Amino acid sequence: MLDLLQELGRWSLKGLQRLGRSNVFMLYVLGGIPMCVRRPRLVITQMFAVGVLSILIIFVSGLFVGMVLGLQGYNTLVDFGAEESLGVLVALSLVRELGPVVSALLFAGRAGSALTAEIGLMKATEQLSAMEMMAVDPLHRVIAPRLLAGIIAMPLLAAIFSAVGVFGGYLVGVGMLGVDDGAFWAQMQASVEIREDILNGVIKSLVFGVAVTWIAVFEGYDTLPTSEGIGRATTRTVVNSSLAVLAFDFILTALMFNK
Amino acid sequence: MVEYRKIEILVGAFVFAGLLALTILAMKVSNLTDFGGGDGYEVKAKFDNIGGLKVRAPVKMAGVQIGRVAAIGFDNKTFQAVAVMKIDRKFNAIPKDTAAKIYTAGLLGEQYISLEPGGDEESLKDGDTIVLTSNAVVLEQVISQFLYSKAAGDDKSGS
Amino acid sequence: MISSHDPVLENALVKVRGLTFRRGERAIFDDVSLEIPRGKITAVMGPSGCGKTTLLRLIGGQLRPASGYLVVDGAEITAMSRAELMQLRKRMGMLFQSGALLTDLNVFENVAFPLREHTTLPESMIRDLVLMKLEAVGLRGARNLLPSELSGGMARRVALARAIALDPMMIMYDEPFTGQDPISMGVLVRLIKLMNDTLGLTSIVVSHDIHEALAIADYVYILSAGKVVGRGSPADLSQTDNPWVRQFVQALPDGPVHFHYPGAAFAEDLRL
Ligand SMILES: Nc1ncnc2c1ncn2[C@@H]1O[C@H](COP(=O)(O)OP(=O)(O)OP(=O)(O)O)[C@@H](O)[C@H]1O
Ligand SMILES: [Mg+2]
Repeated sequence: MLDLLQELGRWSLKGLQRLGRSNVFMLYVLGGIPMCVRRPRLVITQMFAVGVLSILIIFVSGLFVGMVLGLQGYNTLVDFGAEESLGVLVALSLVRELGPVVSALLFAGRAGSALTAEIGLMKATEQLSAMEMMAVDPLHRVIAPRLLAGIIAMPLLAAIFSAVGVFGGYLVGVGMLGVDDGAFWAQMQASVEIREDILNGVIKSLVFGVAVTWIAVFEGYDTLPTSEGIGRATTRTVVNSSLAVLAFDFILTALMFNK
Repeated sequence: MVEYRKIEILVGAFVFAGLLALTILAMKVSNLTDFGGGDGYEVKAKFDNIGGLKVRAPVKMAGVQIGRVAAIGFDNKTFQAVAVMKIDRKFNAIPKDTAAKIYTAGLLGEQYISLEPGGDEESLKDGDTIVLTSNAVVLEQVISQFLYSKAAGDDKSGS
Repeated sequence: MISSHDPVLENALVKVRGLTFRRGERAIFDDVSLEIPRGKITAVMGPSGCGKTTLLRLIGGQLRPASGYLVVDGAEITAMSRAELMQLRKRMGMLFQSGALLTDLNVFENVAFPLREHTTLPESMIRDLVLMKLEAVGLRGARNLLPSELSGGMARRVALARAIALDPMMIMYDEPFTGQDPISMGVLVRLIKLMNDTLGLTSIVVSHDIHEALAIADYVYILSAGKVVGRGSPADLSQTDNPWVRQFVQALPDGPVHFHYPGAAFAEDLRL
């Protein structure tokens, strides 16, 4: 029993320690922002890795999620004779919740894990060490551009996800199930608010972008420099950042959408 | 470097696609050109019961949206609800004796204010109050009325 | 404390005094003092795992000693701010044991890396400088290869070209000869010697290759079990009767240095 308590204590202390370390780490990384501004090339190269390479999965998932929403929404709404509100349902679900959340989860799996593995491997092969000895701060040169690229890419990916999703809902609702074209768009436009819904969705995805990329680069930097350590760090990135996304989503939703 | 040029082009395309998606969300999914911005004038209306009317609900005239509910307040003296409507500037010739009614779009849809024009020469200006109002149709009342009339053997329901 | 009166060691570039460094319980260095003479080649030898790489990292300021101090070019490393340390490192080159090339850049960009980070030279000049350094290590033709396409020996030569890219005042070579064929080994030995003589560099060479090390070094340290067990010029060392040095120089399996990492007796481990 006492052992269990001790285990719990050690576990939470370790967690707190990691949290503290990741904060200090973040502070140092932020010091690298001026360098990224001076040398946008560094960020652009990373945008390719985290953004361009994630587009396909975001596009396909967005389309399918939108189509499923169209199908399920129609089945529910048609019982109340309110199938014309399908556009509202699809659009609000996407821009408020599913767009930011699902794309952040996909982003964690696709780009976050890759970031952790890449940085972890750079650490294991002494590349970060070598940079330090060349008087180049790896936190500025390697981590900061990746963090920035992740934060910029996330809202763009979420927007693409939502837009494609709305199109998917339209395909199913209007194209297959015969909802009125005009009503679909008109009701959507009447109910979706630019500030309330779209902007809040963008803010959500920004927060998720920070959380996921931060966790990914920290796990990579903090990894044990062995192949096993890298493997575990990669798993931790996906698990922790997914949990963080869901937790932040709850908090943000409570703050933004309570009336 | 050819390699870097390719990366740059693809990243450019990605950013463009993202911004395009945002624009679509703003223009097509919501309505950027919609009311709610600063352009317009405010008109008040008092109701005994506003039902489920919410801020930002549409204000319509002959079915066309001309503005939105900007705020909902409560008058402490008359115990009435005060709905402040923001009407788009384009619709600046609404007669002074216009009536305001609260309707529901569909059975379960959102509630909105419908303005029904009167015949006054003078038109509503910023800060004016609409006097002629009729209340929201509260679903519970409708249902109880319906049940009541059913029980009374009358087949007409008032909806 | 012996020397310090040795004429070679006066005006030392690196002075280490009372250095103690621990990894967990184990003291890697226990009150070690040594100095690296300016403008000379100093070889650091010792059995595997005795802390040679650790020593280089301490000199580079990547690790902090538990006690003692390290002075490089008149400045105390342990008291330096991060910015000062960075300034100092620009004047130090280090060749990592593993090469540590940046895997996402090709050979050319790897060598250009320090130049791009620390100078604002025009592209044409960077190109000339990089090709010059690559020519020196015999890999100019391999400039478009990626690190994953290099052999271990080639990678280390690229790393050497990168270490000398900024023309540092001091270069630390961690095992430069391992994995080199006799020809490139000979080239490297001559290159290290040449750079040292013509550019007035200070070199620290960590090596297991006794013959190569003794051939180019002006001064030699032998480390073992957290102590400096032998020091002197190559000529001194080959005549000494110090058992540590004799064992190392003559590669004897028995002697004060144990081949085995400290642990319980073998028989005990086997539960005999
Ligand atoms: N990150 C670390 N954590 C714990 N112990 C370490 C770490 N790095 C090195 N050590 C220990 O420090 C000791 C010295 O390591 P170092 O790499 O300096 O040896 P070395 O003399 O360079 O050996 P080699 O000739 O094999 O390269 C080793 O015994 C090793 O066990
Ligand atoms: Mg070593």
